[in-house]
Amino acid sequence: MSTVVLLAVTGLGLGGLYFLVASGLSLIYGVMRILNFAHGAFLTVGGYLGYEAGHRFGAQANSWPVFALMLVVGTVAGGLLAVLVELLLIRRLYEREIEQVLVTVGLGLAAVALVSGSWGSDARTFPAPRWMARTTSIFGADVPNLRFACIVAAVLVLLGLQLLLGRTRYGLIIRAGVENRSMVAALGIDVRRTFTAVFGLGGALAGLGGVLTALYNSTVSPGMGDSLLIFAFIVVVIGGLGSVTGSAVAAAGVALLQQFANYYASAGIGDLTVVAALAVVLLLRPSGFVGRQVRLA
Amino acid sequence: MTVTDPARVASPPAAPRRRSGRGLIRPAVVVLVTVLLALLPELQVQLPGVLPGPTYTAGTEQLLAGCLLIGALAVTYNLLFAVTGLLSFGHALYFAIGCYGFAILLQREHWAIVPAAVVTLLIGTLAAVLIGLVSLRVTGIAFAMVTLAFAQAGAVLVARNTGNLTGGEEGLGLTDAKLPAALLGVDNTQNLYWLALAVAAVVLAVVGGVVGSRAGHLMRAVRENELRVRVLGVRPYLVRLLSFGVSGSLATLVGMAYLLVQGGANPQITTSSFTLTLLVMVVLGGLGSRWGAMLGGVLYTLLDQRLGVLAASSGIAGLPAPLRVPLSQPAFLLGLLFVIVVLFLPGGITGSLARLAGRAGLGARPATLLAELSKAEAE
Repeated sequence: MSTVVLLAVTGLGLGGLYFLVASGLSLIYGVMRILNFAHGAFLTVGGYLGYEAGHRFGAQANSWPVFALMLVVGTVAGGLLAVLVELLLIRRLYEREIEQVLVTVGLGLAAVALVSGSWGSDARTFPAPRWMARTTSIFGADVPNLRFACIVAAVLVLLGLQLLLGRTRYGLIIRAGVENRSMVAALGIDVRRTFTAVFGLGGALAGLGGVLTALYNSTVSPGMGDSLLIFAFIVVVIGGLGSVTGSAVAAAGVALLQQFANYYASAGIGDLTVVAALAVVLLLRPSGFVGRQVRLA
Repeated sequence: MTVTDPARVASPPAAPRRRSGRGLIRPAVVVLVTVLLALLPELQVQLPGVLPGPTYTAGTEQLLAGCLLIGALAVTYNLLFAVTGLLSFGHALYFAIGCYGFAILLQREHWAIVPAAVVTLLIGTLAAVLIGLVSLRVTGIAFAMVTLAFAQAGAVLVARNTGNLTGGEEGLGLTDAKLPAALLGVDNTQNLYWLALAVAAVVLAVVGGVVGSRAGHLMRAVRENELRVRVLGVRPYLVRLLSFGVSGSLATLVGMAYLLVQGGANPQITTSSFTLTLLVMVVLGGLGSRWGAMLGGVLYTLLDQRLGVLAASSGIAGLPAPLRVPLSQPAFLLGLLFVIVVLFLPGGITGSLARLAGRAGLGARPATLLAELSKAEAE
């Protein structure tokens, strides 16, 4: 029983990270029709700048205010980077989707290389409040607190996104953009500003995800974004491109499947199971998850 | 390879088109270049800064052999992406099956080279056909994701050292394999170079044959207007499957030669970022022409290697940090170069050359295949 609880909470923690990456990817794809291969780089940059912000405090880096600062720095860094990328590169290639994807591919390669050039290619220990490393007993399982932190962060982001998309005017425009982009433009709404905003929002979520991924792994490494990105892509496709709620459900499902299969079968089987799940889902509903199911919230 | 009128309708502006009067020039140039490349190990050609040493030295021969093979791999990817319009993120898988399958049969099972080669090629082809059967049921982004997922499964199997066969992170060296003496030792590196050249020639010839055949016209037609192909009574699924199978099979062949040239298999080639670099090479060289893809692959590999050497040089180490950090990362410079090419040279190297030639009054239209693919994707 305690093993099951431990695996479930750990899996949900990992699912939280998947969700932070996948929700941004999904919104960006839904509104802009871009598969953003630079998303892993946004995550890595957010994680490293968060690390850099905390690292400067030396011995005090393990305190809560510093951790809050790291979260803010990572989020803002990811968001700013994404806005810059959108304004300087993506916007120039408006309505040329393949080229936009190619630019994000090149950017992802370059940004990750720059990170490993600046901080070295080896993983570095990530400072965090000591409470994070302690465990809490729940149904007989000693679960590290940072797993809960990831879950809470993901749930808060999910609620925030639901509010933004469901209750605000901006959310309305974004949802309308997912449904029918040209109609939104025809109604006189500046689609380009929406694109920048959505790209920035996705980048900010990836940056936040970067700090939390570093917390989850207790290290930062240049490859951390790209290894998460592949599973985030799988989550996005299973959950339905453009759907935030779909991403949340799929993120939890994929992460749980992965954790349990890795534990009960053998290490690595979990990753293969997730791949098999993606193949099955796509083959059962080839158009459904990509074509029709674009409703948000 | 004759071009008939209906094909002229289906062929994209980017595809090389044969004109009367030019019919003999191109084969002559191809033969000349091939002979020159074949003679390189016997000559003393020095290109300081581009090649590590004269062309008869083993290090340079190995580098050039690697360049030719990666170029050939880019040609197989070009068939899939630029000709048929299939954006696969899992093409590295078939290359890796060639490399690792061959390595496992040679090193772990101690097979002789010929049966091992035949069996590996069969396995690679079978894998491509089976995975194609499944993943081609979806198209567009979903297809890209399924191929990515299958390739990721392959990468996981290799990285976890499944069945103690692949050597995990360490890779798998050919220390214990029964290879012909002609392929062993530093003195015989030129034989590996010739092998690589032969494989590249075979790949270019097969892809050229396929593209010029009726099947090739159908592949381009499927990319341009799927509905029209359906109306003509052909199933696009089968056309795509043929393209997927041929390119996967050829990638396996290239992977086997790559194993012999490198003397081992490296898990790096199984990763999705390796497939992404293939995409970079094809776009860099210029979409649509197999010569462009070849050029892109060779240039990328050469640049990657030379920038690595440059990064490690003492001149770079002495620079201040804002210059040193970017210059010491080949991947950064290559990624940046790629972004610049996509933004400012939409036809890649060959497209831009064609455009320059067009401006000089030599004909040849600029490549707009990228824009065309984007349009098809958006629909």
